[in-house]
Amino acid sequence: MINWPNFVSQLFNGLALGALLALISSGLTIIYGTLGVLNLAHGAMFMVGGYAGYVAYTYTGSFILAVIAGSLFVMILGIVMERVIIRHFYHRPHEDQLLVTFGLGICFVEIVRFIFSSQSQIVPPPSLFQGITSLGFMFYPTYRLAVVGIVAIALAVLFIVLYRTRLGMIVRAGIEDSVMVDSLGINVYRVFMIVFGIGAMAAGFAGIVNAPVVSLTPGIGDDILVQTFVVVVIGGVGSFPGAILGGLIAGEIISITSMIDPSYAYVMLFVAMTLVLVLRPHGLLGTQGRE
Amino acid sequence: MKDTFKQAMNLAVSRRSLLQGGAGLVGGAMLPMGLVMPAFADDKPAIGTWPAGSSGSSVTIGAAVPRTGTYAVQGEDELKGMQLAVEHLNSGHDLMKKLSPKTKKGVLGKEVKLVVADSGAKPNEAVQAQQRFITENKVVLMTGSTSSAVAVALNKLAQREHVLYVAAISGSNDTTGKDCVRYGFRQGFYGQTAAAAIAPVLVKQFGKNKKVAYMTPDYTYGHTVTKSMQDMTKDAGWTTVTNQVSPLGAPDYSSYLLNVANSGADLLINVNWGHDAVLSIQQAKQFGVLDKMKLVVPYQVPFLAREVGGGLMAGVYAATDYWWTVEDKYPLAKMFNEAFNKKFGYQPEWGAENAYVSFAHWARMVEEAGTFYPPDVIKTYEKSETIPSLLGNVHYRKEDHQCVRPVIIVKGKDPKAMKNKEDYYDIVEIVPGDGLMQKPDAFGCKLGDYT
Repeated sequence: MINWPNFVSQLFNGLALGALLALISSGLTIIYGTLGVLNLAHGAMFMVGGYAGYVAYTYTGSFILAVIAGSLFVMILGIVMERVIIRHFYHRPHEDQLLVTFGLGICFVEIVRFIFSSQSQIVPPPSLFQGITSLGFMFYPTYRLAVVGIVAIALAVLFIVLYRTRLGMIVRAGIEDSVMVDSLGINVYRVFMIVFGIGAMAAGFAGIVNAPVVSLTPGIGDDILVQTFVVVVIGGVGSFPGAILGGLIAGEIISITSMIDPSYAYVMLFVAMTLVLVLRPHGLLGTQGRE
Repeated sequence: MKDTFKQAMNLAVSRRSLLQGGAGLVGGAMLPMGLVMPAFADDKPAIGTWPAGSSGSSVTIGAAVPRTGTYAVQGEDELKGMQLAVEHLNSGHDLMKKLSPKTKKGVLGKEVKLVVADSGAKPNEAVQAQQRFITENKVVLMTGSTSSAVAVALNKLAQREHVLYVAAISGSNDTTGKDCVRYGFRQGFYGQTAAAAIAPVLVKQFGKNKKVAYMTPDYTYGHTVTKSMQDMTKDAGWTTVTNQVSPLGAPDYSSYLLNVANSGADLLINVNWGHDAVLSIQQAKQFGVLDKMKLVVPYQVPFLAREVGGGLMAGVYAATDYWWTVEDKYPLAKMFNEAFNKKFGYQPEWGAENAYVSFAHWARMVEEAGTFYPPDVIKTYEKSETIPSLLGNVHYRKEDHQCVRPVIIVKGKDPKAMKNKEDYYDIVEIVPGDGLMQKPDAFGCKLGDYT
């Protein structure tokens, strides 16, 4: 299916797909970069955001309230998780951190399955963004176009928080050297809690924004988690701009490869990841020595 | 190595039996011969979990069904069919007696127990679970699939361990084709029969010389169903303009659907299954693909119509094993629906029906054989006798252990035409099984040994 209109369509679709991957990955990478915890429950939190939004939508019929509910619920969940469990693991080996977050992820998925069953749930897009838009060279779902804009705004807000505020400065300093930040009299553990909350909120936000694109099932986060890791590895573990770049590259790889041979679309993602790991082990925008 | 060990074990048991027999002969030398003979009549070497698995007052069936992942919804439904069948076997329910007339309570008087593991539709997890059931529970029967990759893996395990396996949902031609085994049986329909049944209906409906886009999951089920559909529509001049192969559990179908949208196809034949089918159909609607081309689902997905919502399945043709409204024609189906609905609160989908009937047929074969000894049970299946199912009489082919049974063609209803909340499909045709099947050796089936 290699022809000019299809190529342009796929190029554009790769951008849209990548934008969403970038948003989900950014939460994962911020948490890892600051806290050094690889949060394997991130996919489950993405899923919980979708379901929290779905419940809010069912009761209010408002998509905006659903987005707020999905984001806030997962933020609170993240903060509680950090205070009750994760903070006890900061000084434990990475394997312990992986196991505890993996276990939490399974618990979240099974709780949601228990409440909502495995049958998929639908959150329709807001009426403003329903239907299909003609872009001249292709037809594209209006809501997916809107998602590109929504994600761009969300990433810009995250960028401003991380790079243009005092909190962001502390967070970035914490990424570089948390012991030094602590000894300067800043309560680094409070910052960690806030960072975990922000990372979780990004996952929840992505979950509900993504909900109208897919149908919600308890397993939806598992499928996306693997891709998110690929994105983070390509972009550079712990690097926020890296997550954005990695997301866009991953989106384009899936789309463009599917045009040449669809059965290789997802395989090529891992080929790209392997290449990056071999040629630039810290990722495209990662910094050597960063923990 | 393992085989040698097993042979040695069999030999050891034979020796013990021989010694027992010998002792009997010496001790009973003064008794009339007629009293001695029965000691030899049931003298068979141990095989698989026999006789250990059936020496107590109960027997156990091991089920590995997907309760998580892409096929979780369908896995839960087939599990319910199994649970109902076990309940009916143990209580000697009337429906079970109609399917297996010698059944009283249990199977050969032994209570049936069901042990269940989540396979996640992954072959390695299913095999590990069943291996555990064989070792710990001495299961006399294995079941569960919902992914043909699992069915094929369990087929091989069944043959290696000499424990019977009845496939649950498995649409691949390979399950009773090139990957068939002596110890495996399949009640349900599959790619070849689905394609053979639905192709004439589609050609009649949509005409000749159509351009078709396929969406195919990347494993044995997807590839064989797509191939069968291509073969069956070739004579009508249908050509494949694109085949979008995607991995099981793909999180997004946009790039595939763009290829479909730009392919100029008249029809979209979607072979994806479980949640993959739900997602790909919903996204096909979002991308306007369903406004451009007609959708066909050759291998029907339980709960698809209710999950995709929005009447997206209206007018869509599908082939299936069972749809509950056949109860108007088949009294046993009505009995099954009533019992299922009473216990679980909804009309059974085809996964549940297949599970129930597979258990009933197995129980019938064991009762007929009068033993759980696997080779005897297999030979009873291989008599190919005409036996009842929920859709009238069927039989198992001795050459590939495939049940010759009807395929039902359904067409999605417009939501406005639905008479109740579960009235998703009209039955277009019930196609008899005999004319739908390939020749037994066409897909390279070699069953293997009994022992």
